[in-house]
Amino acid sequence: MRWNNLISVAAKEKIAFGALFFITLFILAPVVVVLWIIFKNGISAINWEFLTAMPKEGMRAGGIFPAIVGTLYLVVGATVCSLPLGILAAIYLSEYAKENALTRLINLAIVNLSGVPSVVYGLFGFSLFVVFLKFGASIVAGSLTLAIMNLPVIITSTRESLKAVPDYFREVGLSLGASRWQTVRHAVLPFALPGILTGTILSIARAAGETAPILFTVAAFYIPHLPHSVFDQAMALPYHLYIIATQIPNIPNSYRYGTALVLILMVLLMNLVAIIIRSKFRRKYKW
Amino acid sequence: MNEQVNVIDLNAYFGHIHVLKGINIAIEQKQVTAIIGPSGCGKSTFIRCINRLHEVVPSARLSGEVFLDGKNIYAPDVDPIEIRHRVGMVFQRPNPFPVLSIYDNVAAGLKLNGVRKRGQLDGIVEESLKMAALWDEVKDKLGASGVSLSGGQQQRLCIARALAVKPEIILFDEPCSALDPISTGKIEELIFRLKQDYTIIIVTHNMQQAARVSDRAAFFLLGELIEFDRTEMMFEAPADKRTEDYITGRFG
Repeated sequence: MRWNNLISVAAKEKIAFGALFFITLFILAPVVVVLWIIFKNGISAINWEFLTAMPKEGMRAGGIFPAIVGTLYLVVGATVCSLPLGILAAIYLSEYAKENALTRLINLAIVNLSGVPSVVYGLFGFSLFVVFLKFGASIVAGSLTLAIMNLPVIITSTRESLKAVPDYFREVGLSLGASRWQTVRHAVLPFALPGILTGTILSIARAAGETAPILFTVAAFYIPHLPHSVFDQAMALPYHLYIIATQIPNIPNSYRYGTALVLILMVLLMNLVAIIIRSKFRRKYKW
Repeated sequence: MNEQVNVIDLNAYFGHIHVLKGINIAIEQKQVTAIIGPSGCGKSTFIRCINRLHEVVPSARLSGEVFLDGKNIYAPDVDPIEIRHRVGMVFQRPNPFPVLSIYDNVAAGLKLNGVRKRGQLDGIVEESLKMAALWDEVKDKLGASGVSLSGGQQQRLCIARALAVKPEIILFDEPCSALDPISTGKIEELIFRLKQDYTIIIVTHNMQQAARVSDRAAFFLLGELIEFDRTEMMFEAPADKRTEDYITGRFG
């Protein structure tokens, strides 16, 4: 008798599901462990002063307020720049553009852009925005660099969610004598919004956490005040974390972990807000 | 009888696939014309050529002429939007806009075309819902979501939506294929009443339906128009062997 005849189909299925379950657990494990280590080591540093005060004693004491503010500025700036551009480009590509050599080239460019390492975006932003356009190292330059990095993600996810809206939505609009844009605006876009927001969430989270693109374009080692305008340099959490982790000796370990914890919580909070918005839209625009 | 739609040597393609082959047909005003034939024979493509919806699909092409009241709708100076105002369409699956209320679904076509006056909209919405035999069922809940209605009600809502734009011709693309027999009966009754005011072209898979609602029937097979005649003639004494085989259920 062969081996696989010895076990019943039901038993085999149980074993297979069990294996799949443990593999899934295995994926979860690193996330939990990382979060736990950061939380355990960093929570003691978190207090009101840490969140709202300027750094003191060569960043060995005080707070990380300017880095939090800087990261917020960068995320908002990057989103404001990349969101309209990305969504409009995606609408053009999926609703208007004909399939031809140019659109194939654009597609290729988008795919390639999403594979470019973030440090290359940093160098690109430095040479274009900081040097060539003479913005200097500034919030504008950093935001634009992050925005360009975000574009492929936003364009791709927007196109996918537009594609997911059934064609008959478009046909109803057109059959009622609406123009193409009226149809897209009223009969297609609202239904693609949840998906578009998902892509945006991913890109916001990435923009908040990236270090390399802001390294040459905006991030300051230490500034004793908040930025006064968008043409000022700013501190940012990921870069600040890098500095206190590697460049400055004798910092209490909890400060390092605390900074990491704040960064992670900020990203999670942004995701949470976006997920809530998305589920609201999803409930409203169900079909 | 007055010929309202005159199709001359119409050929339609998706990429390299030739889906309609040299169709010639004249459709009369204020009559119901049924388009029958097995799946994939080009029925839907044919009616989508009449409101210029075929060309919306990438890779779709066509040649030939479609005259609407003597004017070729494929002439270069014709705006497809204007054609779609005159030729309304009801689709296979009931497809009200999910976020919109019953009222806004009916008003959608008008709003998209810039009619904003509440009084004017109210009148047209009521009139359209009455024509679609839905008014009595929904008059107390015009603000409710369009998708809260049953499938059959949704389809009548879609008919009201098409009527609100005040077309001359209404295309029905298998309007009952997703509905139960009672809802189907209501839609058929409605079509029968609508033909007093509108020219109707209906694609259907259902032979009995074609026999019940239509004055004339056109049998399509593999992209060709095989036979076009008065419905009772076609069902009692089909001229072509292939029509007879199809109607009697020998294939398709």
